[in-house]
This record gives sequence, structure tokens and C-alpha cells, in this order.
Amino acid sequence: MVVISDIIVQGVQMLLVLLLAPLLTGFVRKIKARLVRRQGASMFQPYRDLLRLLRKEVVLADNASWLFRVIPYVTFAAIWVAAALVPTFATGLLFNWTADLIAIVALLGSARFFLALAGMDVGTSFGGIGSSREVMIAALAEPAMLLIVFCMALVAGSTQLSTIAEFLASSYVGLRVSLGMALIALIMVALAENARIPVDNPATHLELTMVHEAMVLEYSGRHLAMIEFGAFLKLLLYISLIACVFAPWQIALLGTGPLAYAIGAGAYVVKLALAGFLLALFETATAKMRVFRIPQFLGAALMLGLLGTLLLFVSRSF
Amino acid sequence: MSPVALQMSGVAGLLGIAVLAIVLSRARSATAIIYGLTLAVSLLALFGSFQSLLGGVPDTSDLTLPIGLPWLGAHFHLDALASFFLVVVNLGGASASLYGLGYGHHEPAPHRVLPFFPAFLAGMNLVVLAGDAFSYLLCWEFMSLASWALVMAHHREAGNAKAGYIYLVMASFGTLALLLAFGLLAGPAGDYGFAAIRAAQHTPYVATLVLILMLLGAGSKAGLVPLHVWLPLAHPAAPSHVSALMSGVMTKVAIYGFIRVIFDLLGQPTWWASVVVLILGGITAVMGILYAMMEKDLKRLLAYSTIENIGVIFASLGLALAFQANGLKLAAALAFTAALFHVLNHSFFKSLLFFGAGAVLTATGERDMDRLGGLIHRMPLTSFVVLVGCVAISALPPFNGFVSEWLMFQAVLQSPELPQWALKIAVPAVGALLALAAALAAACFVKAYGVTFLGRPRSTAAETANEIDRYSLAAMFILAALCLLAGILPGLVIDALSPITIEILGGGMPIQANEPWLSIAPIAESRSSYNGLLVMVFITISASSAVFVIHRFASHALRRGPAWGCGFSDPTPAAQYSAGSFAQPIRRVFGTLVFHARDHVEMPAPGETRPARLRIELHDLVWEGMYAPIAGAVGYSADWLNRLQFLTIRQYLSLVFATLVTLLLVLAIWS
Repeated sequence: MVVISDIIVQGVQMLLVLLLAPLLTGFVRKIKARLVRRQGASMFQPYRDLLRLLRKEVVLADNASWLFRVIPYVTFAAIWVAAALVPTFATGLLFNWTADLIAIVALLGSARFFLALAGMDVGTSFGGIGSSREVMIAALAEPAMLLIVFCMALVAGSTQLSTIAEFLASSYVGLRVSLGMALIALIMVALAENARIPVDNPATHLELTMVHEAMVLEYSGRHLAMIEFGAFLKLLLYISLIACVFAPWQIALLGTGPLAYAIGAGAYVVKLALAGFLLALFETATAKMRVFRIPQFLGAALMLGLLGTLLLFVSRSF
Repeated sequence: MSPVALQMSGVAGLLGIAVLAIVLSRARSATAIIYGLTLAVSLLALFGSFQSLLGGVPDTSDLTLPIGLPWLGAHFHLDALASFFLVVVNLGGASASLYGLGYGHHEPAPHRVLPFFPAFLAGMNLVVLAGDAFSYLLCWEFMSLASWALVMAHHREAGNAKAGYIYLVMASFGTLALLLAFGLLAGPAGDYGFAAIRAAQHTPYVATLVLILMLLGAGSKAGLVPLHVWLPLAHPAAPSHVSALMSGVMTKVAIYGFIRVIFDLLGQPTWWASVVVLILGGITAVMGILYAMMEKDLKRLLAYSTIENIGVIFASLGLALAFQANGLKLAAALAFTAALFHVLNHSFFKSLLFFGAGAVLTATGERDMDRLGGLIHRMPLTSFVVLVGCVAISALPPFNGFVSEWLMFQAVLQSPELPQWALKIAVPAVGALLALAAALAAACFVKAYGVTFLGRPRSTAAETANEIDRYSLAAMFILAALCLLAGILPGLVIDALSPITIEILGGGMPIQANEPWLSIAPIAESRSSYNGLLVMVFITISASSAVFVIHRFASHALRRGPAWGCGFSDPTPAAQYSAGSFAQPIRRVFGTLVFHARDHVEMPAPGETRPARLRIELHDLVWEGMYAPIAGAVGYSADWLNRLQFLTIRQYLSLVFATLVTLLLVLAIWS
């Protein structure tokens, strides 16, 4: 009986991230439009975009290989699995022991690895420029992310995301210098990983400084839909991650009954909306930086993560 | 027959095959016969060593042969550690032999390879089996020379003679360091048996010197920065299956030597030894992968990536030393298991990738990535297995490289318990370096795979390449399957490694077979756990459900067309991103510091018709700062001493007389 309810919670979580991800992106776009006094498209536009892409035919480049056609599904699956392992409204999911936070970071790394390969497959300069810059960003963002993981793991004494969330939600942790550093670093990494301003602009195909969009330039139709969906999921994943570690309020603990789950789900939606609003506000207020300023930006995140970890090595009470 | 006798008869068999190869070398069927026999013997030895690793070794597994020093004899000994490294050696040997069955037919001069190949394998087996310092050094030298002969197999190709020369110099230097280390360990009594050395008490002074000498001796063979200079020259120069053995296996034999002396013979380590090993490991990992990132020769890229992996292994060993010195047995076992796991993993995927590079070399005759491309269309099977190797070496789940990195990071997270301040600061810094190395490795292998196998062919050779033979493919597929298996069933590997940690460190990790669903939990499930099998199952399920939904409901229409060039399509395949241009962002971020990298653009004046040129200037600071001055000093003093060659007999006699007087004076003052 307990197992069945666990499976249901895990299944609901998997479907919930799938359903909410496009809405979150649509919400951010809508707020951004409103902030610059535009009407903006409906919040539900991303769903329509996905459906439209699914109905369209795929135009493949002449020399695209089988790998090019497989990669959209592989990256989508890797991101989806990673997103399903991050607690959203409830901790203690059935399969959370399958992969800890390090493994979640590595799963996102797999998705990026394959997407960068896809950029190289057709053999155009656009794909190459996107891939080479993407791996440069990843080469700095991934170690920064791992150091942030070290920070959280040292505070909570575990790399299991559920345990970390439960620890931070239940006991009185207080204000920690190291966690503050980790939060700032995590936000910087999340901006870079999701190709948001100031690292990359998600809304352009025409800038020479584009990274992520250049890499997937050759994709169309259902393949592009999968990749876009993956990008939506990734944004949701990072916001859920920040929410469950740094704002674990009202998250339902394991086996606390349907009411707690409902409250947890409501709180989760509120957290998403708040984070989406802040993201839109930040993106409107900032300009995109030059590509070769990104290493400094991410280097700062790396150093913050390292400093936080060092402080925790010096004393667990930082 | 006792296990050690079984292994020694395997070695004897390999040496016999080497003799047979000399006899047969000009025969047409020699390649098939020699590699077939080597495969059979390696498989037998693999089976034997596997059995002694899993089943445990009886204490009486010693063998003394009446050769070597007359009063000592040659001791050979088998324990759990040796059994594990024998598994690595013989698995590498068996797969290289299988690969050689096909690849060997393309060899222009088989008589230069065939006799040395089994001899090299025999040498590596002997080093691991050696039970006293004298036979260890002898076998070490035998292994080095056999591999040197293989490096020199294609001695007429440009650069190979230089590679062989530098390898010979560095190998002699390494052996000298080992000789001194064992001399110190044996002490004035001169008992060279490992059992006697282990029983003796070593002063901290001796322990320090032995650590430094082992880092020089074993480190130079393994490729620790800054002793790595020979490795990226020598490993690629050999035929590809030998490159695989040198990179995947021989570096591990060097690590075996390091573990044997530092962990086993020297007794309880001191904590600061671990700081040295940790920092060297971290620097080696990052430097190795940065060198690899700048490289455009496929085999040299792989050789540099070997240096990175050696750094990772040494960093884990450093962690194990730190925990062991502070008596934290469980954490020490975790770090040590991570190191051994990575040894095994690296032997799998590095052999696989070198086999892949050999396949590309056979099919196209090219090692330069800027003349390859688009091979995924011409060599589908090879490109599939190489992709598996690239994913595995980039430490991505659910393959094996991730598991060992994961274990290592778990060990890093145990280290706030260490009391020493130097370690408290060094461990997070090294953890950051290792994380950086892992991320750069992924970037590097996106480049290696993307430029070589994807895109459009950059030369006619790449355009007309054909898939390689079945034997080579079989060897690669077996290794790729092992990469996946070790990745999804890591608990079995960790349990198999636990006899070694118990033997060397006196404590092991918890038995993983008791964990539900085949997951692994190094300390406790509430702290951290990982289940490669379920991750793979989840990815498979979600990918196939996505495919199912898409193919059920979405449009099936598909049209082929020219690539979208934004109004200006690239006229030639040369306009694609090449190895150098792919590395450009990372070169700008790290290269200006590490390589003093500069890009020079020569723009023709308006109206001129010559093409614009981009020249990339890279400096190998280790070579320029350390080796070039030494080589210069040696050359200068040799020139200077050259004057002594043309003296008259009178002058020679007076030189002899002066030397005699000086020595007598020194003696008189001394006493």
C-alpha cells in the first residue's frame, strides 16, 4: 500500500514537471514582455509552439547522421530523468536513492555532451561555434556546480537531494555564510546552464554571440520540439533545485498524507511563479555580456563555490 | 598447480611465443598464429588471476626460481593486489591480441612487432608477480625495453626516433630512481625480499626519500606532470594495439609499483606524504586534459588524456593516504577503491579508444583530426563503439567512468574529518581541480569525436574510408560492453575489490551485494547512493516513451535538404570547425596562462589575393622551462668535454696523475 502511494507520488512528480515546464517558460516570457510595456504572447504559447512543431515536417540536412536523429530523444530523456529526481512538492520520492545530486549534475552533463555532438554533426560553422562555446561554458559551470553540491552536502551530511531538503526544511539551520555563497553561485550557474541573459539570449537566432541556439540551428519539426521541451524542463529543474534546497518551506515530507501533498504542491507553484518573476525582472534589467566575459562570470561562481567549501572544511558551523 | 605457478607458466608461454615469433617472423601466417596464441595464453592467465582475485589466494602462493642473484633467487608472489593488476594486464593483453588478429595484417613490418608484443605482455605480468626488489627491477627494465622496441617499430616515420630516444632516457631515469628507492628500503643489510622489507622498520627520513624516489620512478612511467614529456610522444608512435597496451595497461603497472611500495612495503604513511601526492595528482589531471584539448593528432590527444586519468588516480591514492595516516579506515577504503576502480575503467575505455584510433588510421591513413570527419557514415560500427568509449571517459552516467569519479567525490566529502590544516585546504582545492578536469574531459571528447567522426569529410581518404575487420570490431565491442557493465553493476566490482583494501589497508568498504536493487552506497544509503542500472532503465524508458508518443501522434514527414547556411553556405569542408577552432574558446580561457597561447592573424592588404592566415602559437612551458635547459646543459658540457678527446699521451698521463693525487688528498683529509 505504501509502495503504491510512493509510486503514485513519483509518477505525479514525473508528469507534473512535464506539464508545468512549458507554462513556466511562458510565464517568464509574458512577464518580460509586460515589463517592457508589450502585450506579449499568452502564457500558454509554449504549448502551442510545441504542438505546432510536432505537426510540422522535419527538414534534415543532407549529411545528417543517425546520431543527429537520436540525440533529441536522448537529451530529453536525460533531462527528464534528472528533473524527476529533484523533489518538487514532496521529498522522499520512491527512486530518489537511484541518483544523488552529483549524478543529477552528471545527467545534465550527458544531455549537454550529446547536444554539443549534434551541433558538430552537420558540419556547418554555426553548429561548430555553438558547440565549442557551449563546452567552454560547461567546462566552467560544471565544476562550479559540483563545488556548490559539495557545499550543500557538507552542510547536510549527504549528497541525497531529499535528505538535504529534509535537513534544511526540518531542523534550524540558520543563516550560513557558506550556503549564501552557494546560493549566489548556484543562481549564476543556473543562468549560464539555461542560456539566459546575461550569458546567452534565449530569444534570438540572429546574434553572433549566440551559443545554445547556434548549436541547435539545424533542428526542425519534432526534433526541435524535443530539444525545446528539454530546455523548458531544465529551467524548471534548476528552479526546483534552488527552491527545494534554499526555500524548502511547506515541502511535504514522506508519507504525510494527501493534505500535506496538496499544500506542498500549492507552495511549489507559488515558488515557481516567484522565481519566474524574479528571473524576468533580472533579465529585463541586465544586458547580455560578451562571450569572453562569461569565463569571468562563471569563474566568480567557481570561486564562490570553492570558498564556501573551504569554509566548511575549516568548520562545519560556517 | 598453485596460482602463482599457473601465472608463471602463462609468462613462460608468452616468452615461448616471442621466440616462436622470431622464428616465424617472415612467414605469411605469422600474424594470425602469434596473436592467436597470445590471445589464448592471455585468456588463460586472465581466468587464473580472476579466480585468485575472487576466490582468495592461499598464503603459500610463493615461487622461488634459482635465477637472478645467487644468494637470493628470484621470488614471485601472488596476493589480492597482484591478482587485480594481473586481471587488468591480461584483459588488456587479450583484447589487444584479439584486435591484433585483424589489425596486425595492415602492419608493414610485422617482424618488428610480433616478437616484442608477447614479450611486452610477459614483462608486465612479471613486474606484477615479482616478489623481491631485484626481480622487480629486472622485470621492470625488461618491460620498458620491450615497449621501447615496439615504439621503434616504425622507426622511419618522422618523429618516432626522437620519441624512442626520449622514452629511453626517461625510462632509464625512472629505473634509476626505483633502484635507489629499493636500495634505501633494503637498508644496509641488503635483504631484497618484499617480505623482509615489509617486516623492517623504516625511519621517517628513509620514508621521505622513498616517497620522492617512487614519485620520480613510478610517476615518470605513469606520466605524472612534469615527468610526462615522453608519454605523448612514445605512446602514439607504437602500433595502435600497442599504444592501447602502453596507455591502458603499462601506466597501471607503474601505479601498481607505487601502491606496492608506498601502501604495502613502507607501512603506516605520514600525512604530509598525502598532500604531495594529492596536489601532484590534481595538477596532472588538469594539465593533462588541457594539453589534450589543444591537440589535433588523435592518438596524441588520447595519450594526453591518459595523463589526466593518471592524475585522477594519483589524487584518489593521495586521499587514501591521508585517511590511512589518520586512521580513518572506512574513508581510506573508499578512496582506495575509487582509485582501483578508475584503474580498471581507464584500462577499458582507453584501450577501446586507442583501438578506435587504430581503426581510423587503418581506414584512412590519417591521425590528424583536421584531415578526417564524417566517418560516422563510412564506419558506422566503429563510430558507435568509439562513441561509447567517449561517453565513458567523459564520466557520464550510466557508464563506468562516472562511477569511479562519483566514488572519488564521495571520498572528498569525507575529508573534513581530517585534522591537519594543510589537508583541509588541499583537499577542496584538489576536488575543484578534479571537477574541472572532468568537465574539460567532456569538452575534449566532444571535440575528438565531433571533429573525427561527425561533420563533412575533410579529405578524400576520409571520404572513401571503409569499415574495418571483424576481429578488431569484436575487441572494441567487448570493451564497450565492459564499460557499460561496470557502469550499471558497480556493486559487483566494488565487492571484488574489497579483498585488496582489506589486505592493504586493513579495512574494506561495506559489502555492496546486500544493497537492494544492486545500488551502491559507500557509507550509508542516507548519505549517498547511486544505482547505474536504474538510471539506465529510467533513461531507456523515458526515451522510448518519448519516441512512442512522438511516433504515435506527431507528424512523420521528413525531408532531406541542404544544410541551412544563413544565406552563405560553406563552400568547402575546410570551412567547418576544426580541432584548433573548436578548442579556441577554451584556449582563450586557460591557454594564455598555461601555454602562453597567442593567435596571430595575417590579413592581406586590400586588393591582394593571397589568403588570410591564422597562426596559433602555443608553448609547452614544462618542456621549455625544465627539459630544454637540462638538454642544453648536457649538450654544452658534452661539447666542452669533447676537448679531452684530442690530447697527447703526455697530457693524458698528467691528467691521470693529477686525479690520483687529488683522490689521495681527499682521502687523507677525509680520514
